[in-house]
Amino acid sequence: MNKQMSIEDFVGSLKSGMTIGIAGWGPRRKPMALIRAILRSDLKDLTIVAYGGPDVGMLCAAGKVKKVIFGFVSMDAIPLEPYFRKSREAGTLDILELDEGMLQWGLKAAAFRLPFLPTHVGLGTDVMTHGGFKTVQSPYEDGEVLLAMPALRLDAALLHVHRADKLGNIQALGPDTYYDEWFARAADKTFVSAEEVVERMDHSYPEDARFNIVERCFIHGVIEAPLGAHPTSMPPSYGWDMKHLKAYADSARAEGGWDAYLADTIGADEAGYIERVGGKDAVSSLPLPIF
Amino acid sequence: MTTAPEFTLCEQLIVAASEAWRGNGELVATGIGTAPRLAASLAKVTHTPELMMTDGEAWLVEDPVPLGPRGYDDRKPAGYLPFSRYFDAAVWPGKRHAMVSPSQIDRFGQMNISYLGGTYDQPKVQMLGARGFPGNSIYHINSMFIPAHSKRVFVEGEVDMVSSVGYNPARRIPGARFDFVDLRLIVTDLCVMDFGGADNAIRVIMLHPGVSFDQVQEATGFALEAAPDIKETPAPTPEQLAIIARFDPYNLRASVLKDNPAGKRS
Repeated sequence: MNKQMSIEDFVGSLKSGMTIGIAGWGPRRKPMALIRAILRSDLKDLTIVAYGGPDVGMLCAAGKVKKVIFGFVSMDAIPLEPYFRKSREAGTLDILELDEGMLQWGLKAAAFRLPFLPTHVGLGTDVMTHGGFKTVQSPYEDGEVLLAMPALRLDAALLHVHRADKLGNIQALGPDTYYDEWFARAADKTFVSAEEVVERMDHSYPEDARFNIVERCFIHGVIEAPLGAHPTSMPPSYGWDMKHLKAYADSARAEGGWDAYLADTIGADEAGYIERVGGKDAVSSLPLPIF
Repeated sequence: MTTAPEFTLCEQLIVAASEAWRGNGELVATGIGTAPRLAASLAKVTHTPELMMTDGEAWLVEDPVPLGPRGYDDRKPAGYLPFSRYFDAAVWPGKRHAMVSPSQIDRFGQMNISYLGGTYDQPKVQMLGARGFPGNSIYHINSMFIPAHSKRVFVEGEVDMVSSVGYNPARRIPGARFDFVDLRLIVTDLCVMDFGGADNAIRVIMLHPGVSFDQVQEATGFALEAAPDIKETPAPTPEQLAIIARFDPYNLRASVLKDNPAGKRS
C-alpha cells in the first residue's frame, strides 16, 4: 500500500462537475498547493464546500466554480474576500449559504451515512428560506419541530497537514484542527498534501500520534507539498502572508488583475511558485498571526 | 483630591458595554471587534471574574489577552476551546454570550451580516455570509455594539437578509423552540438599549450625556420605546480607564469611533 502520488496525478484524478470539500478555516491551513494545481488545470463546474478563504476566491476568479456551499468566505484581517465578492455580485454563482455549525453538521450526516441530522440552527432565519431547508418533527413526547440538515456528501476532500506517511497516516500539529476530519470522513476520496511525507509515521514521529486528526482509511492520496498552505497560516510552522494576501486582494481592483496574478504568481508549477513569492526561507519564517 | 481623568466616548461605551456580561457566570464572553473585546476583558477583571475567554485562536485564558502585537507565547492557556469544539462546547449548549457589530438590525433584533441590497442570487454588496449567526442567536445570549447609530444600521423594515433570529413573530415556526433566543444589550455611540419593551421591543435605557431621546429616535428607522427611568451613561472610573489602557496598549480604541470624540460626564 502506497498512497503517495504526484500533484499532477492528484489533479488528474478529479473531474469537472465534482463536489469538493476544502478543509481549513478562512485564511488558516488551507490546502493551497492543491488549489493551485486545480487553478492550473482544465477542471470546471465544481461545487465547493468550505469555510472559505482565498481558496474559494481564487477558484471563483478562475471560473472553476458552479456552486459554493459556505458558512463564510473571509480572510480575517481582510474581512471580505474580493473575488468571491465579485462573483457573488455578478450573480454568476449558485449559492447555498449556511450557518457555520450547519456546515459541519451536514458533513457529519454524510460521514454517518444519514440523510440528515436535526438541529435548531437555521430556524427563523433566511438561511432556511433561501436554502430551501425542510423541517422534521420529533417522534417523541416533545413533538418538537427541527430543521433537517441534509448530508453534505463530497466527491473529494482536500486537506493540508504537517506530516503524512505513505500509508495515509497524517499529523496536523497546529492548535486547531477545524473540521478537517469531518471533510475527510464525508468524502469518497480524500487527498492530503503535507509539508513532509515519510515512509512510516511510527518510524519517524511515533511520539506525535495524538496529532493524527483522522484515520488513514479515510485518506486516499498523499502529496508532498512543502509550504503548501501559503499564503494561509500553518501554525506552529509558519504564519499567513498578509502582505501577499493584501496584494492578491488589491489585484481584484486592477484591470486584468486576476490574469496577472494567475500568470505571474500562480504560474506553471509549485516549485516556481515558492520562489516567486519570496523563496523557501522567507515563507517558512513568516510570523504566526496574533489575535 | 485626585483630578478627574480625561476620557473618550469610546472608553465610556466600553464601560457601558462591559455591563452586558455582568453576572453571566461561567460562560464564554466573546467580544468581536476592538471595543466589544475590551468590554469583555473589563467585565472579566472587574465585576464578573467567572467569565471564560479565549485568545482568539484556540486557547482559553484566565488573563484576557491584550490587543495588538505581542509575543505569540505571551498568553498563558488555562484551557482549550478551538473552533473544532466551539459548537459542541460553547454555542449549542448555550455557554456563550457574544457581542457583535452587524451591518443591519431591525425592530425585532434580527441582524444581517450576509449581504446588502439586491437579491440572494445577486446581492448588491456581498459581505461575510451568515457565519455563526443563525446558531448563535437561537442558542445563546447576544448583545450588539454599533459605533455609528443611524437608519442605515437600524433599518425601517426587516433587514435585507435575516442572518440571526430575533423576536419577529412572523418568523416563528410552529412547534419549534425559540425560548433560547436571548438578546440583551445594544450599545451605540448615542445610547444604550435593551429588549425590555412590549413583546421584546427595543427600548432606550441610557442616553450618553448631551444626547436626547429624540436624537436617538431620529437616527433610528423604527419607533423606539423609552424606559421609564432613562439614565445617563456613567463616566468611566480611573480604575476602569487604567484597565482598558492595559488591554489596549496600542490605543486601537482611538479608531473605533469617527474622529474619536471626547466623552462627557453628566
